Amino acid sequence: MAWDPRIEMMPEPELKKLQFTLLKTLVYRLYSFSNFYRSRMDEHGVHPDDIQTLDDAKKLPFMVKSDLRDNYPDKLFTVSRDELVRYHVSSGTTGKPTVVGYTQKDVDIWTTSLARALTACGIGRGDVVQVSYGYGLFTGGLGLHYGAERIGATVVPTSVGNTERQLELMQDLHVTAIACTPSYLIHISEVAEKMGISIKDDTVLRAAILGAEPWSEQMRIRIEEQLGIRAYNIYGTSELSGPMFCECEEQNGIHMWSDLALVEIVDPETGEPLPPGTRGEMVVTILQKEALPIIRYRTGDITSLIPEPCPCGRTHPRIERLSGRVDDMLIIRGINVFPSQVEHALLGIPELSGHFQIIVDRKQALDVMLVQVEMKPEAFSDKITDLMAVRQKVAHTLKNALNVGVGVELAEPGSLPRFEGKAKRVVDKRVM
Amino acid sequence: MDTENFTIKQISVFSENRPGRLAAIARALQEEEINIFAFSIAEAKGFGVVRALVDKPGVAYKKLTELGFMVSFTDVIAVKMRDEPGGLFEIAKILGEAEVNIEYAYAYSGKEVAVLILRVDHVDDAIRRIRGAGGELLQSSLFT
Repeated sequence: MAWDPRIEMMPEPELKKLQFTLLKTLVYRLYSFSNFYRSRMDEHGVHPDDIQTLDDAKKLPFMVKSDLRDNYPDKLFTVSRDELVRYHVSSGTTGKPTVVGYTQKDVDIWTTSLARALTACGIGRGDVVQVSYGYGLFTGGLGLHYGAERIGATVVPTSVGNTERQLELMQDLHVTAIACTPSYLIHISEVAEKMGISIKDDTVLRAAILGAEPWSEQMRIRIEEQLGIRAYNIYGTSELSGPMFCECEEQNGIHMWSDLALVEIVDPETGEPLPPGTRGEMVVTILQKEALPIIRYRTGDITSLIPEPCPCGRTHPRIERLSGRVDDMLIIRGINVFPSQVEHALLGIPELSGHFQIIVDRKQALDVMLVQVEMKPEAFSDKITDLMAVRQKVAHTLKNALNVGVGVELAEPGSLPRFEGKAKRVVDKRVM
Repeated sequence: MDTENFTIKQISVFSENRPGRLAAIARALQEEEINIFAFSIAEAKGFGVVRALVDKPGVAYKKLTELGFMVSFTDVIAVKMRDEPGGLFEIAKILGEAEVNIEYAYAYSGKEVAVLILRVDHVDDAIRRIRGAGGELLQSSLFT
């Protein structure tokens, strides 16, 4: 089932043609009407006439988060104030907040993207969707709310909090799908357990649309098994409009609607484009946005394009589950390394407890990375050769996973720092 | 029977190679009033294994585990040696002829006697051959 099969199943060449037309129109419009974009393009030595193919998008300058912050609140808007129908404001935990404005058409297109997303997860008329994302300045609540109404589903706009009440409503109103953060869904299931409610047996919940924070495939398996539902991964950031892109029922990669977004993956260091299948930073151009246009926005999210077409029939490209943030990336002797890769590789080694720490240093102009790991006490052997073999195995596994040789140190159990919430696993001692 | 009588439980403790780790282990043993008969440290790059024969291995194991150390019991044998030239040769010769391989060893030399502590691949053979050749082994009952 697709919300708009004509667009969603459009043959790839046609889709690319459409993207090119939209890109060209956007670039001309911005060059003519926006001082910011005009001076950016001039500084960068690129003129709209230089955009002759879709590939030429890479000639355009990047936009970064600080461009939005520096132009707080609305200096980048390209419509007059009376055309705006809504503002959303990002939390601003890392600096000044950023403000996103929407025209009626912007809200409509955003809503369409979510109508497609929800339909792709098998949700439609007859479904009851509990929207447990925050309503308000955050885009999650209102975004999903309008998207679910658009497809004819019934919305229960619970927002976040008062979890016991949420569970009551889930039962009484026969909620079939929930949209929230993965951690909130886990919280809901824990509260349910305490209340003696089994989400699996005592509710008709069958799907969850989860996003707005990093989560893993292991979490998906756990949620699906415990709650007896299917959990779908949704993506978006407020700069792009909000949540917009989602997995389909194949649950293997997030479809990025090509008529709405042009997606590139670039090397986070050089900004050079990377081929499909290679991990890098996702750069997004929103092709049809009126109030706050976004060209080549560096999301800071690390992912790759999945080269194969999706069995669902949608022709729009997919990205794999995000594997980290550019801010977390380490460059070791020119190779990009993510702590999440280390974590993943170590999970497969039964002798280890899973706790680890990365120490990066520079010795004679050469980056050296040391991974400290803790063994499980039951894997301890009195023989030095056995311990050396474990260390060798860890070093070998990491080298295969990271493509760069790293040192490995066995640490005493409990000696590495423990973290609650977001783990700070990297100690960078390099003096740049 | 012999195997049981003469197989001694050595405690082995994993230790990171940095200052204060041996002190931490030794303090723990002191607190439990555990006496150390013999001990050695085997080191590799970045870590080491502290091996010790103590009078109360069970108590030592519990205490060190509680403190978060990785500890294991390892079966070793302890052979009395004549504390004079050739003493070590006598023992080593017996094991060599019996095709018993020594994985590691350490020794102490006291007032009256010297003792060689051995971790070998074939404990039964080692005990039988040493005793067969008139050698004397420390009883495991000394270390419980």
